Amino acid sequence: MMPELGKYAAAVLSSYGISLVLMIGLVVLSLMRGARVRRQLDEVEARRKADG
Amino acid sequence: MSLWEYANPQKFTRTASALLPYVGGLAALCLAVGLGWGFFLTPEAANFGSTVKIIYIHVPAALMAINAWLMMLVASLIWLVRRHHVSALAARAAAPIGLTMTLIALVTGAIWGEPMWGTYWAWDPRLTSFLILFLFYLGYIALWEAIENPDAAADLTSVLCLVGSVFAVLSRYAVNFWNQGLHQGASLSLDKEENVADVYYQPLLLCIAGFVLLFVALVLLRTRTEIRARRLKALIARERMG
Repeated sequence: MMPELGKYAAAVLSSYGISLVLMIGLVVLSLMRGARVRRQLDEVEARRKADG
Repeated sequence: MSLWEYANPQKFTRTASALLPYVGGLAALCLAVGLGWGFFLTPEAANFGSTVKIIYIHVPAALMAINAWLMMLVASLIWLVRRHHVSALAARAAAPIGLTMTLIALVTGAIWGEPMWGTYWAWDPRLTSFLILFLFYLGYIALWEAIENPDAAADLTSVLCLVGSVFAVLSRYAVNFWNQGLHQGASLSLDKEENVADVYYQPLLLCIAGFVLLFVALVLLRTRTEIRARRLKALIARERMG
């Protein structure tokens, strides 16, 4: 249930909203880059192994 | 067992992979409980009204903004003295996290400042030193991206990190150095009299624990990625030469 925030509701909600978007965005971007680099590294290492 | 064993990229990657689910899970739990407790279950403050709820994001983010830079300083010094690549890559990995924390502290501070001080921004010592710290983060990340040779980039960014540490320390102690400006003193102190009231203090501590754990989890994750990216770059270069 939403707490009563009164006349400061916009300030409180925008603070939480912006912060959560930034934090979740950082986590998602970190995970995506991690997965991409891992996939590329696996591909290169598999190619090297195949080439002997 | 020595701490320097983790300077071995493979050992670091294995350990980070093992720790990540636990540290990440604990961070999510602390943040969910701390922010939920602070937002839904704490009362308005007499002096701040409901804006006091911003403290659960603003204070931990500001704390991590400064401490992320100090972690980068330690990692940079290890690189400069002992030339361990993992430490330079850990500093690089921490910078975007510190940048995000500084941005959160600045934005939530501005939003909180408007109803309390009547302005989003003032050239107050603490606010100004935080803005400079934000610019140092941007410069640090840009310098890593701009230099092709990873060892040269690590050297130069380490020196930049040493210089920027002055502003990281200033951001923390500006209120004490210059007893002026709009920003109030520290919300947390070893002196219990100076702390925020207990009803806010406990969820705040939980939020701080959540931010610290999130920082650790992201540093582990991003450092592992940097180690792999460095190996990938080296293998591609070797392929092109041969």
